[in-house]
Amino acid sequence: MLWYTGRRVLQMIPVFFGATFLIYFMVFSLPGDPIAALYGDRPPAPGVIEQIRAQYNLDKPLIQQYLIYIGNFFQGDLGTTYSGRPVSDVMAGAFPITFRLAMLALVFEAFAGIFVGLVAGLRKGKWFDASALVVSLLLISVPTFVLGFLFRLVFGVQLGWFRTTVSSEAPWGELILPALVLASVSFAYIVRLTRASVADNLNADFVRTATAKGLSRRRVVTVHVLRNSLVPVVTFLGVDLGSLMVGAIITEGIFNINGVGGTVYKAIVLGESTTVVSFIAVMVVIFVLANLLVDLLYAALDPRIRYAK
Amino acid sequence: MPNKRGQAHFVAELEDTPVAAIDRLDESHKARSTWADAWDSMRRRPMFWISSVLILIIALVALFPGLFTSVSPNLDCQLSNSNGGPEAGHPFGFTRQGCDVYARTIFGTQASVTVGLLATGLVTLIGVVVGSLAGYYGGWLDAIVSRIGDIFFAIPTILGAIVLMSVLPAATPTSVAFVLAIFAWPQIARIMRGAVLTATNSDYVMASTALGVSKFRILMRHVIPNSIAPVIVIATVSLGTFIVAESTLSFLGIGLPTSVMSWGNDISQAQTSLVTNPQVLLYPAAALSITVLAFLMLGDILRDALDPKARALR
Repeated sequence: MLWYTGRRVLQMIPVFFGATFLIYFMVFSLPGDPIAALYGDRPPAPGVIEQIRAQYNLDKPLIQQYLIYIGNFFQGDLGTTYSGRPVSDVMAGAFPITFRLAMLALVFEAFAGIFVGLVAGLRKGKWFDASALVVSLLLISVPTFVLGFLFRLVFGVQLGWFRTTVSSEAPWGELILPALVLASVSFAYIVRLTRASVADNLNADFVRTATAKGLSRRRVVTVHVLRNSLVPVVTFLGVDLGSLMVGAIITEGIFNINGVGGTVYKAIVLGESTTVVSFIAVMVVIFVLANLLVDLLYAALDPRIRYAK
Repeated sequence: MPNKRGQAHFVAELEDTPVAAIDRLDESHKARSTWADAWDSMRRRPMFWISSVLILIIALVALFPGLFTSVSPNLDCQLSNSNGGPEAGHPFGFTRQGCDVYARTIFGTQASVTVGLLATGLVTLIGVVVGSLAGYYGGWLDAIVSRIGDIFFAIPTILGAIVLMSVLPAATPTSVAFVLAIFAWPQIARIMRGAVLTATNSDYVMASTALGVSKFRILMRHVIPNSIAPVIVIATVSLGTFIVAESTLSFLGIGLPTSVMSWGNDISQAQTSLVTNPQVLLYPAAALSITVLAFLMLGDILRDALDPKARALR
């Protein structure tokens, strides 16, 4: 296991540098000038442009720019937004809110998803299974932002159960509705995954053995079927972090939450490249780390993985 | 007991095997391919026909929008109709600008479907070429290609697309499809590589090698056709997700420019009048969801039909 862990950590290093360089390259060397975008239709004086370019190291060769950027990145300096605020400052304020939102969403999708998937898998082909399948397909095919609008319209405006925008403190109660929207797609995937896995395991030899030796149905389902079915689900929850971060951009944008996603949303709309690049670089790092954790977890749960190759 | 191929099925010592058993092989009995088996299992499922008919209709609407409405989506707009409800000839009502929602939904199909199709085509092409070369030739080629794939895989598709689209000037359906494909190909490449690895180690490849077939010819004639099934399943499902991705980018204001009619743009523009006139959002959103749903269902059915494990259980 130690050998496997070391190998995976080493593999992650080029991925980290490659991915951050790719993002940096896309933002700062492709057509489309971030400085020009800053000024809109009226171009500023040439001297001003030069000064700003120097200030953001845009006058140096690309590889040097990137090295300066990544060096600062490791020292916790993520650059400044065009309005002069340090990106790390913005992030420190935004992260706790998004963390709470993501936790709520994760708890919801895990518990509700596994429960619905388990019941559907145990009753494969019955009406509950059929309707769970239809609902999960619908949730996947409706884009998150449409669902966000609909939830806000129905539960916020028409029924008045929730506030339509979240206040800057983002108390738990106000985060429930956005968390449901954020969790919806992953919830559907977890239902499908759990259902398929439960239905598969019900036919497994170890389940037949457990039943044959006289264990109660309840014990067979909870100990033998469910526990074995959870392996793919647990790994999905880790990978899902990536889609949660994307979803947070949309959901926080719609509900006006001042989290990471909401900040990225506003930065995209305003065309603030440094902010977008820094935030997405951090998101990619989180995603890479989460993938690493999932791989290790998977190897711990299923020994066949770490001995392969 | 003769099996599907008409061969006698038994186990015997080689010297005990009567030559007559070989003569008894029914050579007129055609071998059934994976695809013939898959077709047999698919055509019995109503879901297959529902999704196929839906996809056919969507394709028709995308190709010939003029056949489905006589109202122009842009030119017949009257501000006096702003946010108007449904009336004769305008079943879905009007947008804030007084344009016909039905006509806009019909004409929006083309851009959304184009992005989905083109992105899927590109991803499949890149994924199949890269994945099969890496899996088949192995060695340094595999190492380099797989590491590059890892880098692109580390960036979630939409996050990468957001960064790229926010710096690229004036998007078109083609450029949106390219941007999505740039970040989505590693998934297909990984699946293809795995399938090619399995196929390369099979008996029929060894038999072809023994017969002196060239390595490249084996790849094209045997390995790729036998590894493509899982890729087709994922490609079908991802067509739907690309359409969702396009609408998400349009919603963020960095997708197709508002001059291009697409479901994503129409949904995005509908936010302003959502509370007073929700139908402006509902119809393009419903059209988009039905399209995505059709491809998801087809992907599910293809998976059931092509997955040998699932077939063995039945």
